[in-house]
Amino acid sequence: MSAAVQGSDRSSGRTGAEGYNFAYLDEGTKRMIRRALLKAVAVPGHQVPFGSREMPLPYGWGTGGIQVTAAVIGPEDVLKVIDQGADDTTNAVSIRRFFARVAPGLRTTERTADATVIQTRHRIPETPLREGQVMVYQVPQPEPLYKLEPRRAETRRLHALADYGLMQVKLYEDIARNGRVGSSYDHPVMVGGRYLMSPSPIPSFDNPKMHRSPALQLFGAGRERRLYAVPPYTEVRSLDFDDHPFEPLRARARCALCGADDTYLDEMVTDDRGGRVFVCSDTDYCGERQGGERQGGERQGGERQGGERQGSGAA
Amino acid sequence: MNGNDEPILSARGLDLSFGAVRALDGVSVDLWPGEVLAIVGESGSGKSTLLRVLAGEAAPSAGSVTYRDADGAGMDVHGMGEPALRRLARTEWGFVRQEARDGLRMGVSAGGNVGERLMATGARHYGDIRAEAARWLERVEISADRIDDRPGLFSGGMRQRLQIARTLVTRPRLVFMDEPTGGLDVSVQARLLDLIRGLVSDLGIAVALVTHDIAAARLLAHRIVVMRNGRVVEEGLTDRVLDDPRHPYTQLLVSSVLAA
Repeated sequence: MSAAVQGSDRSSGRTGAEGYNFAYLDEGTKRMIRRALLKAVAVPGHQVPFGSREMPLPYGWGTGGIQVTAAVIGPEDVLKVIDQGADDTTNAVSIRRFFARVAPGLRTTERTADATVIQTRHRIPETPLREGQVMVYQVPQPEPLYKLEPRRAETRRLHALADYGLMQVKLYEDIARNGRVGSSYDHPVMVGGRYLMSPSPIPSFDNPKMHRSPALQLFGAGRERRLYAVPPYTEVRSLDFDDHPFEPLRARARCALCGADDTYLDEMVTDDRGGRVFVCSDTDYCGERQGGERQGGERQGGERQGGERQGSGAA
Repeated sequence: MNGNDEPILSARGLDLSFGAVRALDGVSVDLWPGEVLAIVGESGSGKSTLLRVLAGEAAPSAGSVTYRDADGAGMDVHGMGEPALRRLARTEWGFVRQEARDGLRMGVSAGGNVGERLMATGARHYGDIRAEAARWLERVEISADRIDDRPGLFSGGMRQRLQIARTLVTRPRLVFMDEPTGGLDVSVQARLLDLIRGLVSDLGIAVALVTHDIAAARLLAHRIVVMRNGRVVEEGLTDRVLDDPRHPYTQLLVSSVLAA
Protein backbone atom coordinates (compact mmCIF):
# COMPACT_ATOMS: atom_id res chain seq x y z
CA MET A 1 0.00 0.00 0.00
CA SER A 2 1.06 3.51 -0.66
CA ALA A 3 2.42 5.79 1.94
CA ALA A 4 -0.86 7.63 1.91
CA VAL A 5 -2.49 4.75 3.68
CA GLN A 6 -1.72 4.40 7.28
CA GLY A 7 -2.22 1.65 9.77
CA SER A 8 -5.05 1.84 12.21
CA ASP A 9 -2.99 0.83 15.08
CA ARG A 10 -2.24 3.85 17.09
CA SER A 11 -5.23 3.65 19.24
CA SER A 12 -6.31 0.06 18.98
CA GLY A 13 -5.58 -2.02 22.00
CA ARG A 14 -4.94 1.10 23.95
CA THR A 15 -8.45 2.41 24.46
CA GLY A 16 -11.91 1.11 25.15
CA ALA A 17 -12.06 -0.93 21.96
CA GLU A 18 -11.39 -4.11 23.86
CA GLY A 19 -14.43 -6.29 24.26
CA TYR A 20 -16.10 -4.83 21.20
CA ASN A 21 -16.83 -6.80 18.07
CA PHE A 22 -15.03 -5.80 14.87
CA ALA A 23 -16.37 -2.40 13.78
CA TYR A 24 -18.35 -1.96 17.00
CA LEU A 25 -21.67 -3.54 15.95
CA ASP A 26 -22.39 -7.18 16.83
CA GLU A 27 -22.64 -9.64 13.98
CA GLY A 28 -26.43 -10.01 14.31
CA THR A 29 -26.93 -6.29 13.87
CA LYS A 30 -24.56 -6.19 10.91
CA ARG A 31 -26.45 -9.01 9.29
CA MET A 32 -29.74 -7.18 9.81
CA ILE A 33 -28.29 -4.03 8.22
CA ARG A 34 -26.77 -5.98 5.33
CA ARG A 35 -30.11 -7.62 4.61
CA ALA A 36 -31.75 -4.21 4.54
CA LEU A 37 -28.95 -2.96 2.27
CA LEU A 38 -29.45 -5.86 -0.13
CA LYS A 39 -33.10 -4.97 -0.36
CA ALA A 40 -32.21 -1.31 -0.85
CA VAL A 41 -29.81 -2.17 -3.67
CA ALA A 42 -32.43 -4.38 -5.27
CA VAL A 43 -34.95 -1.52 -5.32
CA PRO A 44 -32.85 1.57 -6.10
CA GLY A 45 -34.01 4.69 -4.30
CA HIS A 46 -36.56 2.87 -2.15
CA GLN A 47 -36.34 3.53 1.57
CA VAL A 48 -35.92 0.35 3.59
CA PRO A 49 -36.59 0.43 7.34
CA PHE A 50 -33.92 -1.00 9.62
CA GLY A 51 -33.44 -1.41 13.33
CA SER A 52 -31.17 1.54 13.96
CA ARG A 53 -28.99 1.07 17.06
CA GLU A 54 -27.81 3.51 19.65
CA MET A 55 -24.37 4.60 18.57
CA PRO A 56 -21.72 6.35 20.63
CA LEU A 57 -22.38 9.67 18.92
CA PRO A 58 -25.44 11.88 18.85
CA TYR A 59 -28.18 11.74 16.24
CA GLY A 60 -27.40 14.18 13.49
CA TRP A 61 -23.70 13.34 13.57
CA GLY A 62 -23.88 10.39 11.25
CA THR A 63 -25.38 7.51 13.23
CA GLY A 64 -26.95 6.14 10.06
CA GLY A 65 -23.79 6.40 8.00
CA ILE A 66 -21.64 4.92 10.74
CA GLN A 67 -23.91 1.88 11.04
CA VAL A 68 -23.86 1.30 7.29
CA THR A 69 -20.08 1.62 7.26
CA ALA A 70 -19.79 -0.77 10.19
CA ALA A 71 -21.96 -3.30 8.39
CA VAL A 72 -20.05 -3.27 5.10
CA ILE A 73 -16.47 -2.70 6.19
CA GLY A 74 -13.86 -5.43 6.64
CA PRO A 75 -10.26 -5.55 7.90
CA GLU A 76 -8.93 -5.35 4.35
CA ASP A 77 -10.81 -2.12 3.60
CA VAL A 78 -9.41 1.39 3.42
CA LEU A 79 -11.70 4.00 4.93
CA LYS A 80 -11.97 7.69 4.14
CA VAL A 81 -14.34 9.94 6.07
CA ILE A 82 -15.27 13.42 4.96
CA ASP A 83 -17.49 16.11 6.36
CA GLN A 84 -18.40 18.96 4.00
CA GLY A 85 -15.64 17.67 1.76
CA ALA A 86 -12.98 18.01 4.42
CA ASP A 87 -11.04 15.20 6.09
CA ASP A 88 -10.05 17.37 9.01
CA THR A 89 -13.32 18.55 10.49
CA THR A 90 -14.64 17.30 13.81
CA ASN A 91 -17.21 14.89 12.44
CA ALA A 92 -14.80 13.34 9.96
CA VAL A 93 -11.93 13.07 12.42
CA SER A 94 -14.01 11.52 15.17
CA ILE A 95 -15.67 8.93 12.93
CA ARG A 96 -12.37 7.99 11.33
CA ARG A 97 -10.77 7.66 14.76
CA PHE A 98 -13.75 5.63 15.95
CA PHE A 99 -13.30 3.04 13.22
CA ALA A 100 -9.54 3.01 13.62
CA ARG A 101 -10.17 2.11 17.24
CA VAL A 102 -12.92 -0.50 16.92
CA ALA A 103 -11.89 -2.16 13.64
CA PRO A 104 -8.44 -3.73 14.09
CA GLY A 105 -6.57 -4.04 10.81
CA LEU A 106 -8.65 -1.39 9.06
CA ARG A 107 -6.63 1.30 7.38
CA THR A 108 -7.74 4.88 6.98
CA THR A 109 -6.78 7.40 4.36
CA GLU A 110 -7.54 10.87 3.18
CA ARG A 111 -6.99 10.04 -0.46
CA THR A 112 -10.15 9.39 -2.42
CA ALA A 113 -8.35 7.19 -4.93
CA ASP A 114 -7.00 4.89 -2.22
CA ALA A 115 -10.24 4.44 -0.32
CA THR A 116 -12.53 1.45 -0.72
CA VAL A 117 -15.21 2.84 1.59
CA ILE A 118 -15.90 6.57 1.83
CA GLN A 119 -18.27 7.80 4.48
CA THR A 120 -19.45 11.29 3.73
CA ARG A 121 -21.50 14.09 5.10
CA HIS A 122 -22.70 16.68 2.55
CA ARG A 123 -20.24 16.07 -0.29
CA ILE A 124 -19.14 13.71 -3.03
CA PRO A 125 -15.37 13.86 -3.62
CA GLU A 126 -14.14 15.73 -6.67
CA THR A 127 -11.90 12.85 -7.73
CA PRO A 128 -14.09 10.61 -9.88
CA LEU A 129 -15.16 7.45 -8.11
CA ARG A 130 -14.34 4.07 -9.58
CA GLU A 131 -15.78 0.60 -9.58
CA GLY A 132 -15.41 -1.24 -6.33
CA GLN A 133 -15.68 1.84 -4.17
CA VAL A 134 -18.56 2.26 -1.73
CA MET A 135 -19.93 5.68 -0.85
CA VAL A 136 -21.77 5.85 2.47
CA TYR A 137 -23.88 8.96 2.92
CA GLN A 138 -25.04 10.31 6.26
CA VAL A 139 -28.67 11.25 5.84
CA PRO A 140 -30.60 13.46 8.27
CA GLN A 141 -33.96 13.16 6.48
CA PRO A 142 -34.45 10.32 4.01
CA GLU A 143 -37.93 11.36 2.94
CA PRO A 144 -37.77 13.84 0.05
CA LEU A 145 -41.46 14.68 0.50
CA TYR A 146 -41.41 15.37 4.23
CA LYS A 147 -41.73 19.13 3.98
CA LEU A 148 -44.79 18.77 1.78
CA GLU A 149 -46.55 15.81 3.30
CA PRO A 150 -46.06 15.30 7.03
CA ARG A 151 -47.85 11.94 7.20
CA ARG A 152 -45.38 9.11 6.76
CA ALA A 153 -48.10 6.62 5.84
CA GLU A 154 -49.15 8.99 3.08
CA THR A 155 -45.64 9.55 1.71
CA ARG A 156 -45.14 5.78 1.56
CA ARG A 157 -48.32 5.56 -0.46
CA LEU A 158 -47.13 8.32 -2.78
CA HIS A 159 -43.88 6.42 -3.35
CA ALA A 160 -45.78 3.20 -3.97
CA LEU A 161 -47.95 4.91 -6.58
CA ALA A 162 -45.06 6.99 -7.98
CA ASP A 163 -47.31 10.00 -7.37
CA TYR A 164 -44.71 12.77 -7.35
CA GLY A 165 -46.70 15.81 -8.49
CA LEU A 166 -46.23 17.15 -5.00
CA MET A 167 -42.46 17.39 -5.38
CA GLN A 168 -42.95 19.32 -8.57
CA VAL A 169 -45.07 21.74 -6.53
CA LYS A 170 -42.09 22.40 -4.29
CA LEU A 171 -39.92 23.14 -7.31
CA TYR A 172 -42.63 25.44 -8.60
CA GLU A 173 -42.51 27.27 -5.28
CA ASP A 174 -38.73 27.58 -5.48
CA ILE A 175 -38.92 29.22 -8.87
CA ALA A 176 -41.83 31.44 -7.87
CA ARG A 177 -39.85 32.68 -4.85
CA ASN A 178 -36.23 32.55 -5.97
CA GLY A 179 -36.48 32.64 -9.72
CA ARG A 180 -34.55 29.43 -10.24
CA VAL A 181 -35.10 25.74 -9.88
CA GLY A 182 -33.99 23.77 -6.96
CA SER A 183 -32.43 24.23 -3.65
CA SER A 184 -28.70 24.69 -3.37
CA TYR A 185 -28.48 21.36 -1.53
CA ASP A 186 -30.57 18.19 -1.09
CA HIS A 187 -32.11 18.68 -4.50
CA PRO A 188 -34.45 15.71 -5.11
CA VAL A 189 -33.59 13.12 -7.73
CA MET A 190 -35.45 10.39 -9.58
CA VAL A 191 -33.62 7.09 -9.34
CA GLY A 192 -33.92 4.59 -12.14
CA GLY A 193 -36.96 6.48 -13.43
CA ARG A 194 -39.01 5.14 -10.56
CA TYR A 195 -38.29 6.37 -7.03
CA LEU A 196 -37.98 9.92 -5.83
CA MET A 197 -34.97 10.14 -3.55
CA SER A 198 -33.23 12.61 -1.31
CA PRO A 199 -29.54 12.68 -2.27
CA SER A 200 -28.83 13.69 1.37
CA PRO A 201 -27.79 17.30 1.90
CA ILE A 202 -25.08 17.31 -0.75
CA PRO A 203 -24.83 20.50 -2.80
CA SER A 204 -26.76 20.35 -6.05
CA PHE A 205 -23.31 20.74 -7.62
CA ASP A 206 -22.71 17.08 -6.69
CA ASN A 207 -26.01 15.71 -8.00
CA PRO A 208 -24.67 14.98 -11.50
CA LYS A 209 -21.89 12.86 -9.94
CA MET A 210 -24.50 10.38 -8.74
CA HIS A 211 -25.76 9.75 -12.25
CA ARG A 212 -24.37 6.45 -13.56
CA SER A 213 -21.64 6.49 -10.96
CA PRO A 214 -19.44 3.38 -11.06
CA ALA A 215 -19.38 3.29 -7.25
CA LEU A 216 -22.02 1.70 -5.04
CA GLN A 217 -23.85 4.42 -3.12
CA LEU A 218 -25.42 3.60 0.23
CA PHE A 219 -27.46 5.97 2.37
CA GLY A 220 -28.12 5.63 6.08
CA ALA A 221 -30.49 7.69 8.24
CA GLY A 222 -30.01 6.64 11.87
CA ARG A 223 -32.65 8.69 13.60
CA GLU A 224 -35.24 8.05 10.89
CA ARG A 225 -34.23 4.37 10.68
CA ARG A 226 -34.12 4.16 6.93
CA LEU A 227 -31.58 2.89 4.43
CA TYR A 228 -31.54 3.31 0.69
CA ALA A 229 -29.11 2.74 -2.11
CA VAL A 230 -28.12 3.54 -5.66
CA PRO A 231 -26.32 0.62 -7.33
CA PRO A 232 -23.47 1.35 -9.76
CA TYR A 233 -24.42 2.75 -13.16
CA THR A 234 -27.97 3.71 -12.18
CA GLU A 235 -29.85 6.63 -13.73
CA VAL A 236 -30.09 9.51 -11.26
CA ARG A 237 -31.92 12.54 -12.63
CA SER A 238 -32.37 15.82 -10.80
CA LEU A 239 -35.95 17.08 -10.91
CA ASP A 240 -36.61 20.21 -12.95
CA PHE A 241 -38.97 21.94 -15.35
CA ASP A 242 -38.73 21.92 -19.15
CA ASP A 243 -38.25 25.67 -19.23
CA HIS A 244 -36.12 25.81 -16.04
CA PRO A 245 -33.60 22.98 -16.43
CA PHE A 246 -31.61 21.82 -13.43
CA GLU A 247 -28.36 23.74 -12.99
CA PRO A 248 -25.78 22.71 -10.43
CA LEU A 249 -24.85 25.65 -8.25
CA ARG A 250 -21.30 26.77 -7.71
CA ALA A 251 -19.68 29.99 -6.51
CA ARG A 252 -18.27 31.95 -9.45
CA ALA A 253 -14.69 31.98 -8.25
CA ARG A 254 -11.42 30.11 -8.25
CA CYS A 255 -9.97 28.24 -5.33
CA ALA A 256 -7.54 30.57 -3.56
CA LEU A 257 -5.24 27.68 -2.71
CA CYS A 258 -5.09 25.50 -5.81
CA GLY A 259 -6.71 27.71 -8.45
CA ALA A 260 -9.34 25.18 -9.49
CA ASP A 261 -12.33 26.68 -11.26
CA ASP A 262 -14.38 23.51 -11.60
CA THR A 263 -14.72 22.40 -7.99
CA TYR A 264 -17.23 23.11 -5.26
CA LEU A 265 -16.01 26.01 -3.15
CA ASP A 266 -16.40 27.06 0.46
CA GLU A 267 -16.35 30.72 1.33
CA MET A 268 -13.95 31.51 4.14
CA VAL A 269 -13.79 34.65 6.23
CA THR A 270 -10.16 35.70 6.51
CA ASP A 271 -10.34 38.69 8.82
CA ASP A 272 -12.82 40.93 10.60
CA ARG A 273 -12.84 43.57 7.86
CA GLY A 274 -14.90 41.66 5.34
CA GLY A 275 -12.03 39.76 3.74
CA ARG A 276 -13.18 36.54 2.09
CA VAL A 277 -11.67 33.88 -0.08
CA PHE A 278 -13.04 30.80 -1.77
CA VAL A 279 -11.31 27.48 -1.34
CA CYS A 280 -12.11 23.94 -2.48
CA SER A 281 -14.38 22.15 -0.08
CA ASP A 282 -12.66 18.87 -0.98
CA THR A 283 -9.42 19.16 1.00
CA ASP A 284 -7.87 16.01 -0.47
CA TYR A 285 -8.44 17.12 -4.05
CA CYS A 286 -7.20 20.63 -3.32
CA GLY A 287 -4.10 19.37 -1.56
CA GLU A 288 -3.26 17.06 -4.41
CA ARG A 289 -3.53 19.91 -6.88
CA GLN A 290 -1.24 22.00 -4.71
CA GLY A 291 1.51 19.45 -5.11
CA GLY A 292 0.71 16.66 -2.77
CA GLU A 293 2.59 17.91 0.24
CA ARG A 294 -0.36 16.83 2.27
CA GLN A 295 -0.10 13.17 1.39
CA GLY A 296 0.62 10.77 4.13
CA GLY A 297 -2.51 9.99 5.96
CA GLU A 298 -4.05 11.50 9.01
CA ARG A 299 -3.04 15.02 9.65
CA GLN A 300 -2.70 16.50 13.05
CA GLY A 301 -5.36 19.00 12.14
CA GLY A 302 -5.40 22.76 11.87
CA GLU A 303 -2.79 23.05 9.16
CA ARG A 304 -5.10 24.86 6.83
CA GLN A 305 -5.39 28.39 8.02
CA GLY A 306 -7.86 31.03 7.09
CA GLY A 307 -10.69 31.06 9.54
CA GLU A 308 -13.82 29.12 10.13
CA ARG A 309 -15.58 27.12 7.47
CA GLN A 310 -18.83 28.57 6.30
CA GLY A 311 -20.60 25.26 6.01
CA SER A 312 -23.86 24.57 7.75
CA GLY A 313 -24.05 22.99 11.16
CA ALA A 314 -24.35 19.31 11.88
CA ALA A 315 -26.98 17.55 9.89
CA MET B 1 -74.63 11.02 -27.39
CA ASN B 2 -71.33 10.27 -25.71
CA GLY B 3 -73.01 8.42 -22.88
CA ASN B 4 -75.22 11.32 -21.85
CA ASP B 5 -78.18 9.02 -21.64
CA GLU B 6 -76.53 7.12 -18.84
CA PRO B 7 -75.68 8.34 -15.35
CA ILE B 8 -72.07 9.43 -14.80
CA LEU B 9 -72.24 8.05 -11.29
CA SER B 10 -74.72 5.60 -9.90
CA ALA B 11 -74.92 4.12 -6.43
CA ARG B 12 -76.97 1.06 -5.58
CA GLY B 13 -78.00 -0.21 -2.17
CA LEU B 14 -75.25 1.47 -0.13
CA ASP B 15 -75.03 0.38 3.50
CA LEU B 16 -72.56 1.62 6.06
CA SER B 17 -72.78 1.49 9.84
CA PHE B 18 -70.64 3.13 12.50
CA GLY B 19 -71.30 0.87 15.46
CA ALA B 20 -75.04 0.99 16.10
CA VAL B 21 -75.51 4.05 13.89
CA ARG B 22 -76.64 3.27 10.37
CA ALA B 23 -75.03 6.11 8.46
CA LEU B 24 -76.20 4.72 5.14
CA ASP B 25 -79.18 2.40 4.88
CA GLY B 26 -79.90 1.11 1.41
CA VAL B 27 -79.09 4.36 -0.41
CA SER B 28 -79.34 4.46 -4.20
CA VAL B 29 -78.71 7.63 -6.20
CA ASP B 30 -77.90 8.52 -9.79
CA LEU B 31 -75.97 11.53 -11.02
CA TRP B 32 -76.26 12.51 -14.67
CA PRO B 33 -73.64 14.24 -16.81
CA GLY B 34 -73.72 18.00 -16.31
CA GLU B 35 -76.22 17.75 -13.50
CA VAL B 36 -75.97 19.35 -10.07
CA LEU B 37 -77.42 17.06 -7.44
CA ALA B 38 -77.90 18.46 -3.95
CA ILE B 39 -77.87 16.06 -1.03
CA VAL B 40 -79.63 17.80 1.85
CA GLY B 41 -80.50 16.80 5.38
CA GLU B 42 -79.74 17.71 8.95
CA SER B 43 -76.47 17.02 10.72
CA GLY B 44 -75.99 13.29 11.19
CA SER B 45 -78.34 12.33 8.39
CA GLY B 46 -75.51 10.57 6.54
CA LYS B 47 -75.09 13.06 3.71
CA SER B 48 -71.38 13.65 4.16
CA THR B 49 -70.81 9.92 4.58
CA LEU B 50 -72.70 9.35 1.35
CA LEU B 51 -70.42 11.83 -0.41
CA ARG B 52 -67.31 10.11 0.92
CA VAL B 53 -68.59 6.73 -0.22
CA LEU B 54 -69.49 8.09 -3.66
CA ALA B 55 -66.01 9.56 -4.01
CA GLY B 56 -64.38 6.29 -2.97
CA GLU B 57 -62.93 7.76 0.23
CA ALA B 58 -64.91 5.38 2.45
CA ALA B 59 -65.94 1.84 1.59
CA PRO B 60 -69.57 0.79 2.03
CA SER B 61 -70.35 -2.49 3.81
CA ALA B 62 -72.79 -3.34 1.04
CA GLY B 63 -73.78 -1.91 -2.33
CA SER B 64 -71.78 -0.50 -5.20
CA VAL B 65 -70.84 2.79 -6.86
CA THR B 66 -70.31 2.83 -10.62
CA TYR B 67 -68.59 5.65 -12.49
CA ARG B 68 -68.89 5.99 -16.25
CA ASP B 69 -65.91 7.69 -17.87
CA ALA B 70 -65.95 9.91 -20.95
CA ASP B 71 -65.97 6.86 -23.22
CA GLY B 72 -68.99 5.41 -21.44
CA ALA B 73 -67.06 2.56 -19.81
CA GLY B 74 -68.42 1.67 -16.39
CA MET B 75 -66.00 1.35 -13.47
CA ASP B 76 -66.62 0.01 -9.99
CA VAL B 77 -65.37 2.81 -7.75
CA HIS B 78 -64.67 0.54 -4.80
CA GLY B 79 -63.23 -2.28 -6.85
CA MET B 80 -60.81 -0.42 -9.13
CA GLY B 81 -57.95 -0.26 -6.65
CA GLU B 82 -56.17 2.70 -5.18
CA PRO B 83 -53.86 3.66 -8.07
CA ALA B 84 -56.80 3.89 -10.48
CA LEU B 85 -58.95 5.72 -7.97
CA ARG B 86 -56.21 8.25 -7.26
CA ARG B 87 -55.66 8.84 -10.95
CA LEU B 88 -59.36 9.46 -11.32
CA ALA B 89 -59.39 11.74 -8.29
CA ARG B 90 -56.73 14.01 -9.78
CA THR B 91 -57.96 14.00 -13.36
CA GLU B 92 -61.65 13.44 -14.02
CA TRP B 93 -62.85 14.13 -10.48
CA GLY B 94 -62.54 16.94 -7.99
CA PHE B 95 -63.40 17.40 -4.33
CA VAL B 96 -64.19 20.75 -2.73
CA ARG B 97 -64.06 20.57 1.06
CA GLN B 98 -65.97 22.56 3.60
CA GLU B 99 -62.75 23.58 5.29
CA ALA B 100 -60.50 25.21 2.72
CA ARG B 101 -57.62 24.12 4.95
CA ASP B 102 -58.40 20.48 4.15
CA GLY B 103 -58.52 21.09 0.43
CA LEU B 104 -55.59 23.49 0.08
CA ARG B 105 -51.90 23.28 0.84
CA MET B 106 -51.53 26.13 3.29
CA GLY B 107 -47.74 26.23 3.00
CA VAL B 108 -47.80 26.60 -0.76
CA SER B 109 -48.57 29.75 -2.77
CA ALA B 110 -51.89 30.22 -4.55
CA GLY B 111 -50.20 29.52 -7.88
CA GLY B 112 -48.68 26.30 -6.57
CA ASN B 113 -52.04 25.24 -5.20
CA VAL B 114 -53.73 25.72 -8.54
CA GLY B 115 -50.82 24.21 -10.43
CA GLU B 116 -50.59 21.06 -8.33
CA ARG B 117 -53.18 19.10 -10.27
CA LEU B 118 -51.57 20.15 -13.55
CA MET B 119 -48.18 18.96 -12.32
CA ALA B 120 -49.68 15.76 -10.92
CA THR B 121 -50.93 14.97 -14.39
CA GLY B 122 -47.55 15.53 -15.98
CA ALA B 123 -47.24 19.26 -16.74
CA ARG B 124 -43.54 20.13 -16.59
CA HIS B 125 -43.42 23.58 -18.16
CA TYR B 126 -43.21 26.24 -15.47
CA GLY B 127 -44.34 29.11 -17.68
CA ASP B 128 -47.41 27.27 -18.90
CA ILE B 129 -48.40 26.14 -15.42
CA ARG B 130 -48.08 29.63 -14.06
CA ALA B 131 -50.06 31.17 -16.90
CA GLU B 132 -52.84 28.64 -16.42
CA ALA B 133 -52.86 29.28 -12.67
CA ALA B 134 -53.13 33.03 -13.26
CA ARG B 135 -56.03 32.50 -15.66
CA TRP B 136 -57.86 30.43 -13.09
CA LEU B 137 -57.27 32.88 -10.29
CA GLU B 138 -58.87 35.60 -12.41
CA ARG B 139 -61.67 33.26 -13.22
CA VAL B 140 -62.51 32.82 -9.54
CA GLU B 141 -62.15 36.57 -8.97
CA ILE B 142 -58.77 36.51 -7.26
CA SER B 143 -56.39 39.10 -8.64
CA ALA B 144 -53.54 37.43 -10.54
CA ASP B 145 -50.98 39.50 -8.64
CA ARG B 146 -51.78 37.43 -5.54
CA ILE B 147 -50.42 34.36 -7.29
CA ASP B 148 -47.40 34.10 -5.00
CA ASP B 149 -49.29 34.71 -1.75
CA ARG B 150 -50.01 31.81 0.53
CA PRO B 151 -53.62 30.91 1.30
CA GLY B 152 -53.04 31.93 4.91
CA LEU B 153 -53.13 35.55 3.77
CA PHE B 154 -56.51 35.09 2.09
CA SER B 155 -59.96 35.64 3.55
CA GLY B 156 -62.27 32.68 4.06
CA GLY B 157 -64.20 33.39 0.87
CA MET B 158 -61.01 33.75 -1.16
CA ARG B 159 -59.65 30.50 0.18
CA GLN B 160 -62.81 28.75 -0.87
CA ARG B 161 -62.60 30.30 -4.34
CA LEU B 162 -58.95 29.25 -4.53
CA GLN B 163 -59.97 25.72 -3.65
CA ILE B 164 -62.47 25.79 -6.48
CA ALA B 165 -59.87 27.04 -8.96
CA ARG B 166 -57.46 24.34 -7.80
CA THR B 167 -60.12 21.68 -8.30
CA LEU B 168 -61.44 22.84 -11.66
CA VAL B 169 -58.10 23.60 -13.32
CA THR B 170 -57.90 20.14 -14.87
CA ARG B 171 -61.51 20.41 -16.07
CA PRO B 172 -62.91 17.45 -14.18
CA ARG B 173 -66.16 15.82 -15.32
CA LEU B 174 -67.41 15.22 -11.81
CA VAL B 175 -66.94 17.31 -8.67
CA PHE B 176 -67.92 16.46 -5.12
CA MET B 177 -68.65 19.45 -2.90
CA ASP B 178 -69.07 19.17 0.84
CA GLU B 179 -70.73 22.31 2.24
CA PRO B 180 -68.67 24.63 0.04
CA THR B 181 -70.30 27.69 1.58
CA GLY B 182 -70.19 26.52 5.19
CA GLY B 183 -68.71 28.95 7.66
CA LEU B 184 -68.85 31.96 5.36
CA ASP B 185 -70.95 35.01 5.97
CA VAL B 186 -74.10 35.48 3.94
CA SER B 187 -72.94 38.01 1.35
CA VAL B 188 -69.76 36.01 0.69
CA GLN B 189 -71.87 32.88 0.39
CA ALA B 190 -74.05 34.49 -2.23
CA ARG B 191 -71.09 35.51 -4.39
CA LEU B 192 -69.50 32.10 -4.05
CA LEU B 193 -72.72 30.36 -5.05
CA ASP B 194 -72.98 32.63 -8.07
CA LEU B 195 -69.44 31.80 -9.05
CA ILE B 196 -69.94 28.06 -8.64
CA ARG B 197 -73.13 28.19 -10.65
CA GLY B 198 -71.42 30.05 -13.49
CA LEU B 199 -68.39 27.77 -13.64
CA VAL B 200 -70.37 24.58 -13.36
CA SER B 201 -72.69 25.52 -16.22
CA ASP B 202 -69.81 26.85 -18.37
CA LEU B 203 -67.79 23.70 -17.98
CA GLY B 204 -70.74 21.30 -17.93
CA ILE B 205 -69.52 19.59 -14.78
CA ALA B 206 -71.62 17.08 -12.88
CA VAL B 207 -71.70 18.03 -9.19
CA ALA B 208 -72.69 16.09 -6.12
CA LEU B 209 -73.26 18.83 -3.56
CA VAL B 210 -73.79 18.17 0.13
CA THR B 211 -75.38 21.03 2.00
CA HIS B 212 -77.73 21.75 4.87
CA ASP B 213 -78.46 25.13 3.32
CA ILE B 214 -81.72 24.83 1.42
CA ALA B 215 -81.14 28.22 -0.21
CA ALA B 216 -77.84 27.05 -1.67
CA ALA B 217 -79.50 23.91 -2.96
CA ARG B 218 -82.26 25.94 -4.60
CA LEU B 219 -79.75 28.20 -6.31
CA LEU B 220 -77.38 25.52 -7.60
CA ALA B 221 -79.10 22.20 -7.88
CA HIS B 222 -81.14 20.66 -10.64
CA ARG B 223 -82.25 17.83 -8.42
CA ILE B 224 -82.43 17.26 -4.69
CA VAL B 225 -82.05 14.17 -2.56
CA VAL B 226 -83.31 14.51 1.00
CA MET B 227 -81.66 12.27 3.57
CA ARG B 228 -82.64 11.37 7.07
CA ASN B 229 -81.14 8.73 9.36
CA GLY B 230 -79.12 7.26 6.53
CA ARG B 231 -82.06 6.86 4.16
CA VAL B 232 -83.20 8.81 1.14
CA VAL B 233 -86.66 10.02 2.13
CA GLU B 234 -87.42 12.13 -0.91
CA GLU B 235 -85.90 12.78 -4.30
CA GLY B 236 -86.91 14.97 -7.22
CA LEU B 237 -86.40 18.14 -9.22
CA THR B 238 -85.33 21.05 -7.03
CA ASP B 239 -88.42 23.19 -7.56
CA ARG B 240 -90.76 20.26 -7.07
CA VAL B 241 -89.12 19.14 -3.83
CA LEU B 242 -88.82 22.61 -2.35
CA ASP B 243 -92.20 23.95 -3.50
CA ASP B 244 -94.18 20.79 -3.02
CA PRO B 245 -92.44 18.65 -0.41
CA ARG B 246 -94.17 15.35 0.17
CA HIS B 247 -92.33 13.67 2.98
CA PRO B 248 -93.14 15.15 6.39
CA TYR B 249 -89.44 15.56 7.15
CA THR B 250 -88.86 17.50 3.93
CA GLN B 251 -91.85 19.67 4.74
CA LEU B 252 -90.34 20.41 8.14
CA LEU B 253 -86.93 21.13 6.60
CA VAL B 254 -88.34 23.47 3.96
CA SER B 255 -90.72 25.30 6.24
CA SER B 256 -88.08 25.86 8.90
CA VAL B 257 -85.85 27.58 6.36
CA LEU B 258 -88.45 29.64 4.57
CA ALA B 259 -89.75 30.96 7.86
CA ALA B 260 -86.67 33.13 8.14
